[in-house]
Amino acid sequence: MGGHFTFSHLEFLGRGALWTVLLSALGFLGGGVLAFMVALCRISGARIVRVASGVIVQLVQGTPLLVILFLSYFGLPAIGVPVPPLLAAGASLNLYIGVYLGETWRAAIEAVPRAQWEAAECLALTRVQRMFRVILPQAVHIATPPTVGFMVQIIKSTSLASAIGFVELARAGQIINNSLLEPFPIFVLIAATYFAICYPLSRLSRRLEARSGFAPVEGAAP
Amino acid sequence: MSGPVVILRDVHKSFGPIHVLNGVSFEVAPGSVTAIIGRSGSGKSTALRCIDRLERIDAGEIVVCGHLVSDPGLVLRKLRLDVGMVFQSYNLFPHLTVLQNITLAPRMVKRLGRAEAEALAERVLGQVGLADKAYAWPEQLSGGQQQRAAIARSLAMEPKVMLFDEVTSALDPELTGEVLRVIEDLARRGMTMVMVTHEMGFARRIADQIVFMHEGRAWEIGPPDILAAPATPDLRQFVGSVL
Repeated sequence: MGGHFTFSHLEFLGRGALWTVLLSALGFLGGGVLAFMVALCRISGARIVRVASGVIVQLVQGTPLLVILFLSYFGLPAIGVPVPPLLAAGASLNLYIGVYLGETWRAAIEAVPRAQWEAAECLALTRVQRMFRVILPQAVHIATPPTVGFMVQIIKSTSLASAIGFVELARAGQIINNSLLEPFPIFVLIAATYFAICYPLSRLSRRLEARSGFAPVEGAAP
Repeated sequence: MSGPVVILRDVHKSFGPIHVLNGVSFEVAPGSVTAIIGRSGSGKSTALRCIDRLERIDAGEIVVCGHLVSDPGLVLRKLRLDVGMVFQSYNLFPHLTVLQNITLAPRMVKRLGRAEAEALAERVLGQVGLADKAYAWPEQLSGGQQQRAAIARSLAMEPKVMLFDEVTSALDPELTGEVLRVIEDLARRGMTMVMVTHEMGFARRIADQIVFMHEGRAWEIGPPDILAAPATPDLRQFVGSVL
């Protein structure tokens, strides 16, 4: 056993990191669309839509991402619905992200003062115009820091996809360690790679948080 | 339009067990200024909000510019095109500049082109004395300036009647003055206005009609003279307590 860390190990890790990024991106794309729908359903004027979406949100929030992955990858084929791994991982992440972000965004929409709706209403704007021109721009501003924070968390959570066979960053490190038996340097390298992926997002979040109100950053033209 | 612009007939409104409006009736003539006065909780703001259907009434009838406001099937947007509303807390849109605040509805609702809407905005900003603040953000303005910008935003939709809901209550006396001057100017130009106010001196000076609300009713209605010679002990007591 043992041996040296070679370029092919590095390549292996790189491919793992690529999967981590790919799974995260896939999760956010579908999850973001789903989240928007969840947020709108949760504040819908129709009671049935509000209640139904509320139940789904409760169910998903009470289930670990790992179990959702198992359900879609092992559970569905067992009842005759074969699901390829990428679809299982993508769909599970979408569901998980959609529900959590959806709730965050709903709260952000509801955090915009009622008076803003009223003022827009009194100017004869339609419901859709009020939503897109007045409420959502303010909600986006409120939701940005928690959304970025959640994205960082998801990037790290994609390591759970290794449980259904994905060799993403964490799993790639584990496999290399199995042959090299150098856990400390290898997992330090893994941690550093996660950090390199997440840090820019954290920075972005802090910059957005530091910006208060809606006035442009100093020096920018209005 | 020769008849009244706003008509309230025996309007009732409850919030849960609390009977806020208990048969309110009054009318507003075109080009006139009506000041609604009264204690907190007398129902004055609720009455005003019912005129623009921000609240639905339980019984009675409200007619505004020919729209039957109490009709559940009313097309709200048609009503809102004729009625302007200014709030105590300004409610400017914080993510838009003053100019964008004003041009939003003319562009979205009346489909004006950008140039046309901005010319309109400049005109109404000039009217409220904020010509130099078009590109400012709401948070960069004082309370008085924000309220004047909110009035300009409402004016840009060219309403037939304007409603003012305690628009100076959040301002200190100096800033109150600059907002009241704008409203006074509007009155001089013949704008029909209904205002809920605590500014008794102002009400006496520019109002054509005073509506004193008490216990959910239009307790006493008349020209500003009723403030000097109240018919009811309740108005006498109220005037005594605020002057």
